Amino acid sequence: MASETTLGSGRRNWLPAWLAGDTVQGIRRQRMVLGVLFLLPTLIGLIVFVLAPIVVAVALGFMKWNVFRPPEFIGLKNFARLFQHELVGNSFSNTFVMMAMTVGMLEVFAISLALSVHRFARSRLAYIFRTVWFLPVLLSGVSVAVTLSYLFHTDFGVVNYYLGVLGIDKVPWLVSSDIVRFSVSLATVWRNLGFTFIIYLGGVSALPQEILEAATVDGARGLKRLWLITLPLLSPTILFATVIDVIRLLQFFDEPYVMTRGGPGDSSRTTVMMVYDTAFANLEFGYASSISVILFLIILAVTGFQFLLSKRWVFYQ
Amino acid sequence: MTVINRLSSRRRGDEDVVERIPDWMPRSAADWLAMVFMLIIGILTIMPIVWVVTTSLRTPAESFTVPPEWIPRDLYFGNYLQVFDEIPFVYQMGNSFFVTLSTVVGQLTTATLAGYTFARLYFPGRDVLFWVVLATLMIPYQATLIPLFIIISRVFGLADTLWSLILPALPTAFGTFLLRQYFLQIPGEYEEAAMMDGANQFQIFRRVYLPMVAPGMAILAVLAFNGKWNDFLTPLIFMNTTSRFPITLGINDLQRYMMTGSISVVLAAIVMATLPVVLVYVFGQRYLIEGLMVGGLKG
Repeated sequence: MASETTLGSGRRNWLPAWLAGDTVQGIRRQRMVLGVLFLLPTLIGLIVFVLAPIVVAVALGFMKWNVFRPPEFIGLKNFARLFQHELVGNSFSNTFVMMAMTVGMLEVFAISLALSVHRFARSRLAYIFRTVWFLPVLLSGVSVAVTLSYLFHTDFGVVNYYLGVLGIDKVPWLVSSDIVRFSVSLATVWRNLGFTFIIYLGGVSALPQEILEAATVDGARGLKRLWLITLPLLSPTILFATVIDVIRLLQFFDEPYVMTRGGPGDSSRTTVMMVYDTAFANLEFGYASSISVILFLIILAVTGFQFLLSKRWVFYQ
Repeated sequence: MTVINRLSSRRRGDEDVVERIPDWMPRSAADWLAMVFMLIIGILTIMPIVWVVTTSLRTPAESFTVPPEWIPRDLYFGNYLQVFDEIPFVYQMGNSFFVTLSTVVGQLTTATLAGYTFARLYFPGRDVLFWVVLATLMIPYQATLIPLFIIISRVFGLADTLWSLILPALPTAFGTFLLRQYFLQIPGEYEEAAMMDGANQFQIFRRVYLPMVAPGMAILAVLAFNGKWNDFLTPLIFMNTTSRFPITLGINDLQRYMMTGSISVVLAAIVMATLPVVLVYVFGQRYLIEGLMVGGLKG
């Protein structure tokens, strides 16, 4: 191989005649054989580990199965049960509340950061800020959850200590069922802000400068320019980031599981935690599958709804 | 005048600017507002990280005292040593490395091969398959977990092995899509030139196109490393034996063991467990951040 002077010469010989590269058909056949071979690992993998499981999940949703006895078809009973099951409804509402708070904070902070740092775009300072804000993305959800649950400790936590310095009473961050969802959302915002920010930074760097300058010349300034010019120009990125964040946060698990195990009571129990407990603590695989299928449908519906709604507010140049 | 200065001072290599304002200096009220906001978020971002590092170096007696000590004074490394007594840390880090590196290498392999096919190797039916691959991106991972667990344990008999964490992670629709876009950006003329030299289709892939998508591979590698290293739910379900746990489960256990003990030990474990990701990030950050920014444009 090392002595070859041109790419591939000398290799030509060991190919069978029907694959020889000197005819158009031979090249076409080479591409086809190679293409099929190259796709096999991905296709087989996706079929075995993604497509088959989702089909099985839907099927299990219609069955009763506790592992010890063979699965038994029970029609829509699982679904009827979950719609009356208070804990399940509660987990869906927790998931939605936390998702809405987290996504709201994430998008507002990330857009503000991207627009702010863009003012100093070429400086060393922008680079330093960008690196610092991205650091939490490197931490695992578990590490973040463990760390922030110490910081949010009511009596010994650093957060309450500094609030105390400012004269604010101790906040029961993780032990009050009213506040806990907000605390878990804050922790999640802390870990994910850097990621969402980077997506917006891409959008902001690509804003058409001519239009922004023309608007300034025409007298659009400050908040007016932000609201009427900058944000509409940024709207495709806003849609992209929001859709990604909503999908991820509807599948919320690591932070609430480690920070609170769903408590106090069930006030921070998310749907995925509910699926996990139902399947692996109660061994009700069929029932758990039916919950995850509903979650899947909700994610699809919410995403579809976002795209539908986007026709009204997203502005493509 | 100020306008001209503003514009030119932000461009590098402008020698003719007489009065040079440093490019990080705020120039207007809005600039100041932005600066203050960025600093506040920066401080809120960095403080918990500093707290983790400094508290991991405090003696057990003072580990939970407030006010926190922002500059470490005692530099007590005993917490780091104690991690090794509480959990099988070396094993768990080794497991995380093995699982993560295998996943990264595996994803790079499957995604470059499939991405190249979808970009450059046409055969009848290929484009339908591409839509199938894209459609799998819509399926939430969590919804497939229960059947995946059944398939892994009943069909493959791999429950509680590291392979149960690696195998399902090898096919990647996201990575395939990402690398397809990279392969598409490369002009087709290279192929013609290589064919003139007598290269067959595999050699064209291996020696001409593959080296040119290195930046895309770097992004996939960093994202896969970060995602797999930090994965929690999958091992929580698939693994039972403590010595086979990845380090994320180890930290979860450690937090529970230390409920009444020193939190500095837990934080020491977090510092050690995060170092590999930080190193990967330091080397891959240019590709990663630029690549993600480009991803944002396509929204």
